[in-house]
Amino acid sequence: MTAVASSPPTTSATGFGPGRVLGGLVAPRTWKATAHLLADLPAGAVTFSIILPALIVSAALVPLFPLAVIAMIVTLAISRVLGRLERLRAWILLDLDIAFPHTDLRGLSWWRRLWTRFTRPSTWKEVGHHLLGLPVGVLNFSLALATWCVPLTLLTLPLYVRALPHDRADFWFIRIAAGHQALLAAVIGGVGTLFAPFVIRLLAAVDARRTRWFLGPSRRHEHLQARVEVLETSRTRVVDAAEAERRRIERDLHDGAQQRLVALAMDLGMAREKLASDPDKARELLDDAHAEAKQALVELRNLARGIHPAVLTDRGLDAALSSVAARSPVPVDLRVDVGPRPGTNVESVAYFVVSESLTNVAKHSGATRASVQVARRGNRLVIEVTDDGRGGADPDLGTGLAGLRDRVLGVDGWFHVTSPVGGPTTLFVELPCAS
Amino acid sequence: MRIVIAEDSVLLRAGLTRLLVEAGEEVVSAVGDATALLDAVQRNRPDIVIADVRMPPTHTDEGIRAAVTIRQTHPEIAVLVLSQYVEERYAVDLIAGDTAGVGYLLKDRVADVGDFLEAVRRVGSGGTALDPEVVSQLLARSRRRDPVDRLTDREREVLGLMAEGRSNGAIAEALVVSDGAVEKHVRNIFTKLDLFPDAGDHRRVLAVLRYLDS
Repeated sequence: MTAVASSPPTTSATGFGPGRVLGGLVAPRTWKATAHLLADLPAGAVTFSIILPALIVSAALVPLFPLAVIAMIVTLAISRVLGRLERLRAWILLDLDIAFPHTDLRGLSWWRRLWTRFTRPSTWKEVGHHLLGLPVGVLNFSLALATWCVPLTLLTLPLYVRALPHDRADFWFIRIAAGHQALLAAVIGGVGTLFAPFVIRLLAAVDARRTRWFLGPSRRHEHLQARVEVLETSRTRVVDAAEAERRRIERDLHDGAQQRLVALAMDLGMAREKLASDPDKARELLDDAHAEAKQALVELRNLARGIHPAVLTDRGLDAALSSVAARSPVPVDLRVDVGPRPGTNVESVAYFVVSESLTNVAKHSGATRASVQVARRGNRLVIEVTDDGRGGADPDLGTGLAGLRDRVLGVDGWFHVTSPVGGPTTLFVELPCAS
Repeated sequence: MRIVIAEDSVLLRAGLTRLLVEAGEEVVSAVGDATALLDAVQRNRPDIVIADVRMPPTHTDEGIRAAVTIRQTHPEIAVLVLSQYVEERYAVDLIAGDTAGVGYLLKDRVADVGDFLEAVRRVGSGGTALDPEVVSQLLARSRRRDPVDRLTDREREVLGLMAEGRSNGAIAEALVVSDGAVEKHVRNIFTKLDLFPDAGDHRRVLAVLRYLDS
């Protein structure tokens, strides 16, 4: 593609300056493009004379259906090999990087694969390229040859015109006599030679477009490809986020409730030892154990609520968020208007977004007030969390915001933070919810 | 007091039963789900029902719904709901009609046996017991911030304890002040919030909650 789109190496500034015109004559690109256009003919002749008979044989075998299927498989396999060679040729001679158009079908049964290949446009465009190869090759070959030979013939006319019969050159109806006419022809031929590289590149550009269309993936295909890449990335992120969350839960359990229970068991064990000998000490230990047990309950409750609060399932976002807001150390103005309840997945992400951002607000922002708005707009759930803190939040720096973004992107949502230094910070999130 | 317990965890059901029996109460029935609870209430006509929020079959809010049903069909039976989590919304459902003979506490509170028994007896005799967490959520969520902000710290403390359903005597004990001081605070609170003080403890809980939730 670069061969067509980028500018040629120039010795003068721009336009058709003398440097550029002369540069075009010696540029490797010009000669590679010429080679490509000339090679179109033999290449087209080969592809045409292989694919056409193969297709005819396949068609002729239709009454013997299994044989026709085999012939078709062979034909399409050959077509793919030739397609690869053609893409390679375009890559070498035109610097044209054409993406492989065929979908990876590994994992499907052989007949599904065959059927899919058979019904894909990319398969038939490739076959079309091979069939068109011959007529297009003839045309490109002739035009490329003429582009160079006609001006060169004219340019050198004064050298050999006297060797021709009657001291003149006959081009169809045009007769050029030796002397002035031959010199004029030489000048025209010289100009033509200088501009031949541009004509060659124009032809090559047209051919590049044809090759890309026939041998490359369709726009829709490219669109899907891009979509797949986005999904792959977000899937990886979601898996990573889930993994990080699991590790966090493990750590919280280990550092919190588990330690408390160990201390509790220890206190109880010691209290049992002391019961007879030192009842006062035993009572003290029991008090400690009691306190440890209650604290373990609080920690387990907070942990479980952070994972998924039961009230979210029972009563939805409004109820669940109102207690999140109520527990926030920073006063929160909460407005929730979600209409019909979105799916549990979306509710869960929305809850996570609000509770995590309020945690962030309390931890990092130094804000005195925050506001949370959750509203349904058509088939999207729009969440906006604002605080009047010091700003400077960046999802690429803080892990908290990055985790949020990953959760949101994981459900195909949209995530945006504005947080100038000095505040205020606003977090916008949109989540798609099927209505 | 004749008590019916509904709790799906066998361990906790046995523990609650033992705790109440040892405190001299009579546990007439201990069941594991909401349907069995309604049956037991119908059969035994207890003074008070102690129910878990999450019970089979859906493990969501069966306990709350059973409690609301009992309050409608048998207004004379007190209901104390225990929950792993305290949700303001459940509390609002529960106290929608009246706060007489209603309790809503975190399960953790059972660990403080004395306080828990006191709450059971208070609810059983027509009083109210709201978990401090519910009260603080209601206070935080109240749209009528300004008058509440006008209260002094001590007055807000008293307001919280009042909303939990405690009597003046209990508030005085909790804050280690005289009964007279509490009465003065209560009068100030009602004046600042433009409420009329009422004699009964649960009536004034209702007044405070209505105020906070409006």
